[in-house]
Amino acid sequence: MNTKIKHGPFWTTLFAIISLAWIFPIVLVLINSFKKKVFISTDTFKLPTGKMNAGLSNYTDGIAKTSFFSSFLWSLIITLGTVVFILICTSMCAWWIVRVNTVFAKFIYVFFLLDMIVPFQMVMYPLSKLADMSNLNTPWGLWFIYLGFGAGLPVFIFTGVVKSIPQEIEEAAMIDGASTLRTFFTIVVPMMKPTIISVAILETMWVWNDYLLPYLTLDMQRFKTIPITIQYLRGGYGTVDMGAMMACLVLAIIPIMIFYVLCQKYIIGGIAAGAVKG
Amino acid sequence: MITMTGRAIRRWWPLFVFPTLAAFLMGFIVPLIAGIYLSFTKFTTITDAVWVGFDNYRRAFQDNEFAHAFIYTVEFTIVTTILINVAAFFVAYMFTKAMAGAKLFRSIFFMPNLIGGIVLGYIWQLLLNGVLAHWNISLTYNSKLGFWGMVILVCWQQIGYMMVIYIAGLQNVPNDLIEAAEVDGASPRQVLFNITLPMMMPSITVCSFLTVTNGFKMFDQNLALTNGAPSNTSELLALNIYRTFYSRPGFEGVGQAKAVVFLILVSIIAILQNWLTTSKETQA
Repeated sequence: MNTKIKHGPFWTTLFAIISLAWIFPIVLVLINSFKKKVFISTDTFKLPTGKMNAGLSNYTDGIAKTSFFSSFLWSLIITLGTVVFILICTSMCAWWIVRVNTVFAKFIYVFFLLDMIVPFQMVMYPLSKLADMSNLNTPWGLWFIYLGFGAGLPVFIFTGVVKSIPQEIEEAAMIDGASTLRTFFTIVVPMMKPTIISVAILETMWVWNDYLLPYLTLDMQRFKTIPITIQYLRGGYGTVDMGAMMACLVLAIIPIMIFYVLCQKYIIGGIAAGAVKG
Repeated sequence: MITMTGRAIRRWWPLFVFPTLAAFLMGFIVPLIAGIYLSFTKFTTITDAVWVGFDNYRRAFQDNEFAHAFIYTVEFTIVTTILINVAAFFVAYMFTKAMAGAKLFRSIFFMPNLIGGIVLGYIWQLLLNGVLAHWNISLTYNSKLGFWGMVILVCWQQIGYMMVIYIAGLQNVPNDLIEAAEVDGASPRQVLFNITLPMMMPSITVCSFLTVTNGFKMFDQNLALTNGAPSNTSELLALNIYRTFYSRPGFEGVGQAKAVVFLILVSIIAILQNWLTTSKETQA
């Protein structure tokens, strides 16, 4: 792209203003999380000063009411487990499909592609019943369900990458006596590393934020994720405790913001790479 | 043709393919087939399903709320697809030129994508209800307000994501092509419309595909922002189907029939749209 054309200070100022406006909704939630609940809907845009100030009471209330940290932990277990499980299984599967390349391999590949179009509503009811009947209504059961329902995209992306890896390297390793597993993990996986990062990011964003699938499959008596906890706060108490709500929203945003700041380079690069290949 | 690696790993299928395939059968194929079957039955717990033929489909099409949700979703998808793509392309176009602070602006525009739909819904509920309070109304006053509320939310969420894809696309447009056009005396406008945009068709395909399917499948944001209020008039298709299953006893089969119609609809749109935009792709 032509980078000779430069934009002057006018555009920088304009985009600086737009950027501030872009962050404003989050700042507004932060501000309101320190207000007493009666003032949140009446004085939404005022700072929490004087009698409006609630200190940290919204946070202590919100955490106590929802047992927020336990849902945080379940969200973390579900997301980490799912992403690791998906990465290992689908990358191995993609390598097998491309290298074996029989009619059967091609057939299951097309099968996998199918699931990228199907909306969740289509399988939602039978899937949730099936999960209940087969005791998959636990966080670790969910790893398996996520792998099944979400296999399409990673298999598709990984097969694309495997096709671009020269087979001679794998063959050389095998002639030198490396086992199949060793060839995969020490030769193929390192060459797929950038793609593995992209897929990991896409899956993390999906699973961490997903509401409906865990809500319908998990045993609600024992496990809740963060999106479910937030939705419960809304549904379960008649009139909503806006103070606790604001505090929980802030607490829900913090971990994902930390993740963003830490892996920003990979996130933006990963999305671009994933989209161009996909 | 089977390669040497292929021969060597073929018998390793229980390790390489079986886990994913088993999960796929369990988490996708079986529920999909069961779902299609159940759409022709009357049931409350799956095991008590009784065959009723096309009865559920007839009831689905006679459901006025379903028709309303359908039109509402189509309008929503058209509006958001246009707004998001035009804005994202503009922002990407600005940010690929040299500009102080462009990197920081990019990260800020992308940020809302990391926040989940439920949380996004409540963030915007606070903000929009705060603004609407000046007229003593709220987002659930009528379905028009809910509609534009969701449009604003979705634009805020997705412009940054599509921007990233457009930036990647813009960086792949060969520089010499643009320079050649400039040497030949093309104006910046001519360069944009006759070179950059045609070369960008793959990105436009991906982004419009994503925005259209996102629009059709929208659920969390709808649930959190308006929850369908007032009286289910701000329901998008996905929420309408969900409610048919879970808040109308005796309508489980109808819900499943609606889901099949939804699947067919989404598939047609995906195929049609992919075919339309890929046919316009240009090679350098």
